[in-house]
Amino acid sequence: MSVKDQAGTEPPREPILAPGHDLVSITDKISSLVLARGASRGWFVGVAVCLALVTLLMVSLAYLLLRGVGIWGLNNQVAWGFAIINFVWWIGIGHAGTLISAILLLLKQHWRTSINRFAEAMTIFAVMCAGIFPLIHVGRPWLAYWLLPYPNTMGLWPQFRSPLVWDVFAVSTYATVSALFWYVGLVPDLATLRDKAVGRPLKMIYGFLSMGWRGATHHWDRYETAYLLLAGIATPLVISVHSVIAFDFSVSVIPGWHTTIFPPYFVAGAVFSGFAMVLTIAIPVRAIYGLGDFITMRHIDNMAKVMLGTGLIVAYGYLMEIFIAWYGGNEYEVFMVKNRMLGPYAPAYWSLILCNVAIPQLLWSPKIRRNVRLLLAIALIVNVGMWLERFIIVVTSLHRDYLPANWNMYVPTFWDWATYGGTIGLFVLLLFLFVRFMPVISIFEMRTLVEPPHDEGADHTGLEQTEVEP
Amino acid sequence: MSERAVLDDAIYGSLAEFESADDLLAAVKAAREAGFRRMEAYTPHPIERVSHELGHKNHLPLVVLIGGALGAGSGFALQYYTSVISYPVRVGGKPLNSWPAFIIVVFEMTILFAAVAAVLGMFALNKLPQPYHPVFNASIFELASRNRYFLLIEARDPAFDPITTPAMLRDLTELQVVDVPS
Repeated sequence: MSVKDQAGTEPPREPILAPGHDLVSITDKISSLVLARGASRGWFVGVAVCLALVTLLMVSLAYLLLRGVGIWGLNNQVAWGFAIINFVWWIGIGHAGTLISAILLLLKQHWRTSINRFAEAMTIFAVMCAGIFPLIHVGRPWLAYWLLPYPNTMGLWPQFRSPLVWDVFAVSTYATVSALFWYVGLVPDLATLRDKAVGRPLKMIYGFLSMGWRGATHHWDRYETAYLLLAGIATPLVISVHSVIAFDFSVSVIPGWHTTIFPPYFVAGAVFSGFAMVLTIAIPVRAIYGLGDFITMRHIDNMAKVMLGTGLIVAYGYLMEIFIAWYGGNEYEVFMVKNRMLGPYAPAYWSLILCNVAIPQLLWSPKIRRNVRLLLAIALIVNVGMWLERFIIVVTSLHRDYLPANWNMYVPTFWDWATYGGTIGLFVLLLFLFVRFMPVISIFEMRTLVEPPHDEGADHTGLEQTEVEP
Repeated sequence: MSERAVLDDAIYGSLAEFESADDLLAAVKAAREAGFRRMEAYTPHPIERVSHELGHKNHLPLVVLIGGALGAGSGFALQYYTSVISYPVRVGGKPLNSWPAFIIVVFEMTILFAAVAAVLGMFALNKLPQPYHPVFNASIFELASRNRYFLLIEARDPAFDPITTPAMLRDLTELQVVDVPS
């Protein structure tokens, strides 16, 4: 790859942990982010802005409960609108967290260590934002518990042959397993905070949360087994979740949705958007909290590469949609593709191609992958592009279906945008709180990078030989 | 026995502090050779070499397997009961027990139960949460979550002696050896 391009001052391959760190410096640096008293002015300003957006979300939800889904731009043709677009977008973002924490763990990609904690946090927060949408989209959210199978006086059960019920199971399992995985990873670090915290209230809180963890070898043994098994369990789960969401579309007989490529293409799109979001968070956090020693350029570079790779899979998916529409010879499919490219939503379609296919090609250049400002801009563009992709999938297939007499336009209203913006505020607010109150990087896993286990197993690698080229 | 019992009641064990994982490992080996069995090492991060040396059985994989199997079974049972027995709706002449459509929920339930079993099983087998443990009484123990490695030989060990055991540990480390009050 890029060894030659980097000739000059930099070493051929940067370490995944800057040299000169030991157990003490890692522990103190990461825990000081949490245990330092007070917070910066920037943090308070950020929280205030987010709280304003969360207030907007609350107002939107209250108005929705009062008036019903008619406040959105939905109509008889486009009954799915923003709620489903945002649901798929948020769930997709979450996928990178599980990929980093589970799949890269199984693949022994040790560079994941300094980014997995906040990527997992991002997953949980994204799933929380995602979960709001289907619940409020059911029309009568106070009856949303009807989605769950429970014995009831009506004598009714959910229809288990419906992808929408599969979704309930997939998303709730995903939320539960992500939260468990995250918490288990936090326990030893919470014990560190307990031991380092000054003052009884903090010691009590972190002591309570750490469950009395004391780092006994017998405990570590079971802990590592549990962590590895969870990673093994979460890996098929993360792939299944977006596949099931793709089934919501592909099991129906709507032109543009009824295709077998949807599940893999949705999973790739999810990872693509997720890595874009990880970069969107990692680059500012790294700069603001001075974590450049832990989140090195190698991490940034690797994440950009994953984004490029999954972006190419997504581009292939777009191409195949067009090809199969033509090759399949179904006139409705052909019309749907033409309508996407040339119809009233054509500007959104071509923006999506620009954001998701054209601009990410810049990432082939190592110089651009190492320019954090430019990379942040590209990551933001990809976030927008992936949102547009879901908009195009949901809206263009629905707004002009089989009968021209049924055609209609979908125009989002103020309340659509307010709800969407509100969830972004909630997401960022949770991230602000997370960065302030929890260790943003896994301390105990970083310690293993300093002290590489060189035992007979040989399956653990040290700092130097860990990268598998993508 | 009586005099020893009094002494043993006063202390939980002897705790030695080490600078590095290698020192700890050497001490664990030495203590095992000296005949000690009831001991525990405390480290800031997992070290397989040490756990290999201390050696113990790990039943967690079995717990997770049982959890996963229970999840799969209950997932299918739920769908079979609701779709075939309690609320049969025939759709398009398809069989009521349309198992291919049930695979996804079975899969998700398997994952859910296995994951919950892994986490609860890990905590339960580790006897956590346990907010109090005698080893926390040693003030130096705060470093176990930072940068120091510890070996505790419990007073319950038949080979334990309140005088000679700490002395042996002192020979193994350049740092402190303390008695842990029980």
